[in-house]
Amino acid sequence: MTVPLPPAVARRRFLPLRLPTARRRGRWTLGNMVALVILSAFTVFFLLPVALMLNTGLKPFADVSLARMWELPSGIYLDNFQAALAALGPNLGNSIALAIPAAAISSMLGSMNGYILSKWRFRGSDAIFTAFLFGMFIPYQSILIPLVSFINLVLPGGGLPGLILAHVVYGIPVTTLIFRNYYATLPNEVVESARIDGAGFFGIFRHIALPLSIPGFAVVLIWQFTNIWNEFLFAIVLTRPGSWPVTVALNNLAGSQIVEWNVQMAGALLAALPTLLVYIILGRFFLRGLMAGALKG
Amino acid sequence: MTGRTRLLRILAPAIGLMLVVACTTTPPAGSPTPGATGVASPPATPVAGGEVEIFSWWTAGGEADGLNAMFGVFESEYPQYELVNAAVAGGAGTNARAVLATRLQQNDPPESWQGHAGQELIGTYVAADQLEPLNFLFEEEGWMDVMPEALIPQISHDGNIYSVPVNIHRANVMWFIPAKLTEWDVQAPTTWDEFLATAETLREAGVTPLAMGEQWTSLHLLETVLLGELGADGYAALWDGSSDWSSAEVTSALETFDQVLGYTNADSSTLSWDAAAQLVVDGEAAFTIMGDWAEGYFVSKDMDPGAGDFGWAPAPGSVGVFQWLSDSFVLPKGAGNREGALAWLRVAGSKAGQDAFNPVKGSIPARSDGDRSLYDAYLQSAMDDWARDDLAGSLTHGVVASDAWKSEIDTALGLFLGDRDVAAFQTALVDACASAGACGE
Amino acid sequence: MTLVRGLRRHWVALAMLSPSIILVGIFVYGFIGWSLRVSVSEWQGLRPDFTFAGLDNFVALLSDRRFQIDMRNTVVFTTFFVVGAVGLGLLLAILIDRRVPGETFFRNVFLFPLAISLIVTGVAWRWLMNPGSGERLTGLNLLFDIFGLNALISAWHTSDPPWGIAFVALPAVWQMSGFTMALFLGGLRAIPDELKEAARVDGAGEFQVYRRIIIPLLRPALLSALIILGHLSLKVFDLIVALSGKDLRLDVPAIYMWTTTFDAHNYARGASIGIYLLLSVAILVVPYLLWSLRRETEL
Repeated sequence: MTVPLPPAVARRRFLPLRLPTARRRGRWTLGNMVALVILSAFTVFFLLPVALMLNTGLKPFADVSLARMWELPSGIYLDNFQAALAALGPNLGNSIALAIPAAAISSMLGSMNGYILSKWRFRGSDAIFTAFLFGMFIPYQSILIPLVSFINLVLPGGGLPGLILAHVVYGIPVTTLIFRNYYATLPNEVVESARIDGAGFFGIFRHIALPLSIPGFAVVLIWQFTNIWNEFLFAIVLTRPGSWPVTVALNNLAGSQIVEWNVQMAGALLAALPTLLVYIILGRFFLRGLMAGALKG
Repeated sequence: MTGRTRLLRILAPAIGLMLVVACTTTPPAGSPTPGATGVASPPATPVAGGEVEIFSWWTAGGEADGLNAMFGVFESEYPQYELVNAAVAGGAGTNARAVLATRLQQNDPPESWQGHAGQELIGTYVAADQLEPLNFLFEEEGWMDVMPEALIPQISHDGNIYSVPVNIHRANVMWFIPAKLTEWDVQAPTTWDEFLATAETLREAGVTPLAMGEQWTSLHLLETVLLGELGADGYAALWDGSSDWSSAEVTSALETFDQVLGYTNADSSTLSWDAAAQLVVDGEAAFTIMGDWAEGYFVSKDMDPGAGDFGWAPAPGSVGVFQWLSDSFVLPKGAGNREGALAWLRVAGSKAGQDAFNPVKGSIPARSDGDRSLYDAYLQSAMDDWARDDLAGSLTHGVVASDAWKSEIDTALGLFLGDRDVAAFQTALVDACASAGACGE
Repeated sequence: MTLVRGLRRHWVALAMLSPSIILVGIFVYGFIGWSLRVSVSEWQGLRPDFTFAGLDNFVALLSDRRFQIDMRNTVVFTTFFVVGAVGLGLLLAILIDRRVPGETFFRNVFLFPLAISLIVTGVAWRWLMNPGSGERLTGLNLLFDIFGLNALISAWHTSDPPWGIAFVALPAVWQMSGFTMALFLGGLRAIPDELKEAARVDGAGEFQVYRRIIIPLLRPALLSALIILGHLSLKVFDLIVALSGKDLRLDVPAIYMWTTTFDAHNYARGASIGIYLLLSVAILVVPYLLWSLRRETEL
């Protein structure tokens, strides 16, 4: 009999730890009030630099200086944001065409690797996992030259594919780590009974592991998207000007000699918006993924 | 050495080399070898176009405007070429040079790149045999007559000229606000001893005598102190190996430097050079020593040099000496589009190109026949000085010392800023010179 | 622990793993091999020069004053950064876990810094931590003065070594605390309420509930945080350059590696610094991994 476990059954029986339902009672306790005060204080700390950037971004260059950092702008001066948008706009498409595929591919690879290394332990799989993790620590500056050489060998032209390949490869360690820990929380009985029912390697992956991976994917996608979107070094050495992502344009906005801080800060805020959007939308899944043990040791 | 060891010594590097070569560089098949030295290229006739990739770190502000102006001249004179602006920002080109290094490792140079004329180019790229000599171009375009004579040897190596200087900046300039100086009843000092005395007066009045910024501006200050204390000849001798870094004159100059540092603002390491200049604008500090790109900063703050809103003088001790640096372009060997590269160099060295670039960028043309009417009050006075002063090359900006040497000096300076030990500093400078191969054995 | 037997399945798993193995093999280990090759060579300048130089570069670095500063700074920075990010993240997670009103808002605010590029973070904090005094009080010091918190006014990252680099950890903590908070929040949310309730019924005080039950169950999250923060800390570069402009007193190995390789064109020394970094990383990572993997087998 080769009837694989229906996903619905598997999910019901062997779901990872659920969220405890929110207890509505007692939200306004004294303890919570104190907590609220402390959290609000930290909110100020976390938002202060952002306020500074916004403040500076709304001023003309003549008003920008260290001494006048906290002075509010004399009026709403949007030239900086317009200039930044004009400079960053053309590269926005490149960043999107870079970050989404690279994050998606590295997530899928990580998922497959994590599944294998947690559920299909064979002799040497731990060694392979350790070897992958060590790759997380490689200092990128010291391998720039062979990296550029090799990418130009396999994907010449200085376009986005080479950069995507680099990000996919260097994303393998961290995505594998996250997914492996995530799948490790899936009880092994699931896999065993599915195997007994006749499901094979791919069957279990498709019907058991993948459907339960949404939170894990959210965690990994957010992490990868952020790091790939903000990455600068690979971007400048692996691509030609036509394929530069937003980070290069942002850096160029600054200029080399006289830095126009107001324009650069406006540009930085604009460049951070897409990532922020990703956070807000996927933020719920992010936490749910972690709660399911994605980053447990 | 046993036969086996010898075999190993050959095999190991060989295998390693094979692995490296196999895994890394693959030179493009049949890369064209450029023309031999001294062979004149045919006159510029409109040829089939192609891309011309220009590499620099001029990405914003006056620098970018100047570059774009020069691009405009190029596009009108050579419309058959397609310009690719590959500029990457980063202070002193630190990012651009990293990208350039990876490109050169692939034997895939851009058509031309910006570099500081002098040892920065010669010590790095000429030493690696990656640049073509440009004597033929200079003769063709008649630049030998318009570029200052004293400049040519400094951009040459073994008689071969390797770059086309586009502009000249002056490093040894002291900036101040004349109205403020009057208010504090002091004058711009002409020697470092005068400076120390003036500084004492200023400090008692509660004013920071000298505004300084992050570490590289200290290096900039150091070179002006060395120039001021040692004179043009003594300074030049430091770099060609004829003088000794361990001499008493250098000790005394370093001690002066130490004293000058005592009169700078305490938070200098957190300020960029323009934030330090801002201190002068705000009346917090009296003087700042910075290259003449500072003029562009003052102008951007709506100050007019012609109206005396800000003033300048040669750095103490260096009246009559022009400490220069120059942005220039080169011709790499193996450039994809050599004709395009030469076209660009012709524009860069032409009167039209330089007069389009420099007024906007805030520097003076390397050519002596620039159109004065295009330049503001400060730049005109700089052009006069450039024509008649003695020349000394800048250290911080790559004229007199190669990158490796300069990096060693910079590290020694960084350590000195931490412990202020003049003797240790001098020893480190002596070692730096030795490791650069410029002094002693 | 289920060990799936069967040669056929073993083969399939290995085959599906092989693309990653090959890619990591080339891009990580192949390149490390290249870097190792360079570190034992005499390559200085733009022309590759693989003349064998043995361990000369490594020995020279040990007595290099700048490298010694780097190592000291790395230790101080890592300590303050990891302790700060973990401590703050834990605190925020515990507070938010109490189901305070506005939880989603706080969560997003604390996560937001992660989205901002480190280069820009450095520039903003450079202004904030400006140590000007008297007439030139500005940045955070000015705010402290306005609000009467003068005791907090300090020289920030221009403080005498080695404390200057400790202040550099502040922007790093600001950026990464949201991430560690999310880690711990996840760990906290996974602790069944029944466990906590049982302890309270047995008479344990709130503090003891945390100490005996919650904190130990957060150990996996803590260790993940340590790994990720640790590796970020050893590679920190953009933040410090943006913050201090290559001031030698705040130098770290990554900056030294960059300036040596790309400003001074001394590839051999740059590669040696990189190898030292990898070695120190191996010392940190391997014990954790061995411990963690052994723990899993015991379960």
